[in-house]
Order: sequence, then C-alpha cells, then structure tokens
Amino acid sequence: MSFLDVLYFIIPSAIFYAAPLILAAIGAVFSERSGVVNIGVEGIMVIGAFVGIVFNLFTVDVFGDFTPWASLLAALVVGAVFSLFLAIPAISLRADQTVTGVALNLLGAAVALFSVKLIFDKGQTEFITERFARFDIPGLASIPVLGPMFFHNVYGTSILAIVVAIVAWFVIYKTPFGLRLRAVGEHPMAADTMGINVARMRYIGVMISGALAGVGGAVYSLTITNNFSHATISGQGFMAIAAMIFGKWHPLGTMGAALFFGLAQALSIVGGSIPYVQDIPSVFLLILPYVLTIIALAGFIGKANAPKASGIPYIKGQR
Amino acid sequence: MSNRVINILVPVISVIIGLIVGAIVMAVSGYNAVDGYIALWNGIFGDSYTIGETIRQITPYILAGLAVAFAFRTGLFNIGVEGQLIMGWAAAAYVGYAVEGLPKFIHLPLALIAAALAGAFWAFIAGVLKARFNVHEVIATIMLNYIALHVSNALIKVWADGGDKTQRILETASLRSPFLESMTQYSRLHWGIIVALLMVVVMWFILDKTTRGYELKAVGFNHHAAEYSGMSVRRNIILAMTISGVFAGLGGAMEALGTFEYVGIKGGFTGIGFDGIAVALLGANTPLGVIFGATLFGSLQNGALNMPNEAGIPTEIVSIIIALIIFFVASGYVIRVLLEKFNSKKEGK
Repeated sequence: MSFLDVLYFIIPSAIFYAAPLILAAIGAVFSERSGVVNIGVEGIMVIGAFVGIVFNLFTVDVFGDFTPWASLLAALVVGAVFSLFLAIPAISLRADQTVTGVALNLLGAAVALFSVKLIFDKGQTEFITERFARFDIPGLASIPVLGPMFFHNVYGTSILAIVVAIVAWFVIYKTPFGLRLRAVGEHPMAADTMGINVARMRYIGVMISGALAGVGGAVYSLTITNNFSHATISGQGFMAIAAMIFGKWHPLGTMGAALFFGLAQALSIVGGSIPYVQDIPSVFLLILPYVLTIIALAGFIGKANAPKASGIPYIKGQR
Repeated sequence: MSNRVINILVPVISVIIGLIVGAIVMAVSGYNAVDGYIALWNGIFGDSYTIGETIRQITPYILAGLAVAFAFRTGLFNIGVEGQLIMGWAAAAYVGYAVEGLPKFIHLPLALIAAALAGAFWAFIAGVLKARFNVHEVIATIMLNYIALHVSNALIKVWADGGDKTQRILETASLRSPFLESMTQYSRLHWGIIVALLMVVVMWFILDKTTRGYELKAVGFNHHAAEYSGMSVRRNIILAMTISGVFAGLGGAMEALGTFEYVGIKGGFTGIGFDGIAVALLGANTPLGVIFGATLFGSLQNGALNMPNEAGIPTEIVSIIIALIIFFVASGYVIRVLLEKFNSKKEGK
C-alpha cells in the first residue's frame, strides 16, 4: 500500500467516524456556553441511536429513500425532549448538573434497552434495510489527489456535521443570540441585569445540545452499526465532551478535535490493514483521545478556559 | 421538623417517588406493576439463596459508595470510581493467580492490598492533575475510566495468552467461604461483606476521629480558609482522592476474589462505580448512610434479575428507577422547600 493509498483509505473513514462526534460535541458547546455542564451527552446519544434505528425500521414503507433522513429528524426531536430531564432539574430545580448528567446517562441506556426488549422481545433490534446512500460530489470529486480523499463516496451525514459546525460558529460568534448565550454562560447575573432571561437561554442551550446529541447518536447507529443494542454507543458521548474541551469550547476547534478523534477511532478499527499502524498495539489508539484530552486540560496545549458560570445553577438575587 | 429529619426524609421520599414512577412506567408499557414488584421482592428476599446473593451484591456497592462519599466530603466529585474499581479488580485477580506458594493469611491480604493500591494509583493520577494542573476531576476521572477499561482489557489479553479471561485465582487468595455458602443454599456469598463493613468503620474513623480527616474536610469545605490556616490544599486534594481510590479498588477486589474469582475482558463498564454515586447521594455521604444506600441499590439490582423470569419484565426497569431516584435526590431542593412549607403550615395552625 503506497502512502497515498493509505490516505485515500484512512481520511474518508476518519471523517465517517467523526461525523457523530462533531454533531454531539457541537451540541455540548451550546449547552456549556449557556452555563450548563452536559455530562449526559452519552445518554442522549444512546436515545438518539435507538430512536434512529427504530424509526427507520418502522417507517421504511412510508418514507422510502428518505427514511434515514426522517429518522435523523425523529432523533433530533426526541433528543431535544429527552434533554429536558437535564434541563429542568439543572436550571429550574437547582440540582447539581454533574449528578443530573450522570443520572441522564443511566436513564438513557436503561430506557433505550427497556424499550428494545419491549418492542423486539430481545436485546437488540433488526438491521435496517434503508441506509444512507454514498455519492460523489459532482465536479469536486474529479480534482486530482484531493478529490478521491474528500469528495468521493461521501456520506450526506458527514457534510451535515461539517455544515452544523460552521453554522454553530456563526451563530455563537456573529449573532445577537450567540452573544446572549455566551453572556449567560460567563456571567449570568450581569446578563440578567441587562434583561436577558437566563433560564430561557439555558433551556435553549441544553435543548440544542440534546437535539444535536440525538442526531449524533442516530448518525452513529444509522451509518456505522446499522442496528441498536447495548453496545451501540459506548463512550462516544464522553468522547464528544472530550472533543469540546480539546477544541476549547469553540465550534471550529471542536470540529477539528472531533475529526482527530475520528481518525484515532478509524485507526483503531481499520488499522490492522495499514502498514506501520498495524504494529502499534490497538490499546494505544483506543486510549489516545482520552489521554490527549487530559494533556490538553493540563495546559500543555495552550490554556483552555471553560465558560465561567458553567456548572453553577443561577439563583436570582444571590451574589 | 428539624433539619435532621428533613435530611432523612428527602432521600426516603425520593425513593418512594422513584418506585411510584417505576410502577407507572411498567403499567404504561403493558406490564403488571404489582407482579413486577412481587418478583423484585422475591428476587431480594425470596429464600436464603437470594438473600445470600443480595448481600453479595451489596458488598461492592458499599465500597463504591464509600469511595464516592469520601471524595464528596472532601469537596471532590469522583466519577472515576468505575475505572478505579476496574483496575482494582484486575490487580487483585492477577496477584490472586500469579503469586504462588503463599499461605492464605499472607496471600489474601496481599491481593486486597494490590487492589487497593491499583485503585489508589488510578485516583492519585486524577488528584495530581487537579492539584498541580487544575484539571477538573470530573472530566479527568471520566477520561481515566475509559483508559482503565481499555488498559485492563489489554492487560487481561496478555495475562490470558490471547483469551478473554484469566485463570481462576488460587484458593489461598479467595474470599469464598464454604461456611457462608452452606448457610445460604450455596449462593456466592463471601467474606467480602466483612471487609466492606470494616472499611465503613475506617472511613468514619478517618473523617471524624483524626486530624488529617479534619483537614481533608476543611479543604473540601473552603479551600481558601484551609490554605489561610496553614493547610496544604494541594497535598490534601491528592491524599483525599487517593484514599477514595483505595475504597474503589477494594470494591474491585470483592469481584475478583469473592464473586467471580477471575477477571475477564469487558465490553463495557460494570456500572457499580456509577451506581456508587447514587449510593453516596442517598446516604448523604456518611459512612452509615452508605450502608443504607448500598443495601437499597444492591437489593434492587439483585432483585431485578428475578423480574424477567417471574413477571416477564426486563431488568432495565430497575435501572430506570435508580436513575429516577438520583434525579429526585439531586433535585432535593424542591422536596426540601415543599417539606418546609408543609411544616410551617402545620406549625401555623
């Protein structure tokens, strides 16, 4: 295998594995920017993955070719609603956000598996028949070298993920809404004084996070595993949080980190057939994203600052 | 109603609401909730075998709960109990089968110490990261959980020569007891429960009876004040985290030396460490409270195993109930306000 062949092989699979991470991580950015720590991304992704598969299986006759996209939409809605389990205690009931997030993870996995057993009478669903189609991007795919690397046989979901990241950057840094969102996450009392409804902004932040984590989970199950079981989502949610931290709570940085983690994931899965990579024990590739996050947090890769009010419930009138 | 009564009422009410919501979920999904809870009850107290198994299940929960509670009391949130427990499990199993020719009174303590050290080391990393580099322990320990899972799986693969579980531990390292087993119709009840209860006393002693414990609590309560009064905040954070890891590692030893007597490659987390968070919360982070919390969650988890057979209800219903209980305890503020309102009304009469 020549070096270029390796790149043709590994870059598309890195982007493929990164897509769910990008979506969920961008969601987490919205939540943390509003001042709510969302440790529950993993749980919401589980729900999203479950909804994506089940919706696909049951509506394939109704939606036909459009089924995978309709499934994403369903996961988006359910993810946003499910995130209320975090939003209501954390924002309105002054609960500890981290504890609630942990509970959300437990609940997501439990509800999804309970429902699977209820519907299918066994621990996993059938495999879906209607999958995302891959396509070549006309024109761009014929560019030499870059074409086959980035624009050949691409998934629509990968494009969606990258578009979401760019839109998120625009929304957070270039719109009044984004300014308010960040204000609420940095200094809620000051924001409140300026007439911003802190609770409402935080609900929006958490629900965007839930919606995107739901879509991320569904993208994972619909493109990578093609069915749902207890092992479908195993750590991708936490990897998304890691990507957010690694990307310093910035949408584009987060996307870059997610792409990098996608590369690590791709290498640990397809690495066996790539020269040199196959000699590295797979455990090093498996732990790479987590180790890197710790290193990033320890400040070896430039200082990263979380939104100041992140994790602290806002209680009106308390200084 | 005094503050103390309210402190006890909040978790009790949370558990009751959790069970009620669980019943509603069962009813909505077309199951008979009464049958479900009868099956759950029988799965906990049905006969001496199930009671033995229930106590066995409670054992690691006590230690996981202590680990979380100890960290909480010192101002740290250790979500990494799961990873520390996994490392402790692997270390105990390795010492249990690989070290040969020792008498039981040396081999067994050695295996326990290995587990405690492994758990402590894993938590120590998070402690150093927090104290030296200001890395929030929640994120660091979550990452360390995954690293523990993958690293222990890789180690097991080496130890098992490519297989997916290690050899059984030697008799001399085992916590199993023919006496306890014969008492409970050959359940897997083992001496670990004594170790767990001993550690409850240890935690109480450290926190309430030693100067160091006072320092640890002081740092957790207000680290500026602690610093000002001459305590080393950094050293205390590292120490608190490490002690927490000792409890977690021993929790893993219960599985390695008592229940399973080997360590196998894991596809995912055991869940014991995460449930430990619930145990600690429910027990208000006190040693005695942890016993109650562990008893409740250990019983629920073990009783759940009986639900598919006897009532046809998936075991996950209990995980749903546990998650809901955590939500309600975490949102205890509301229950507290309602209780106080109810209270002042009554006194106003």
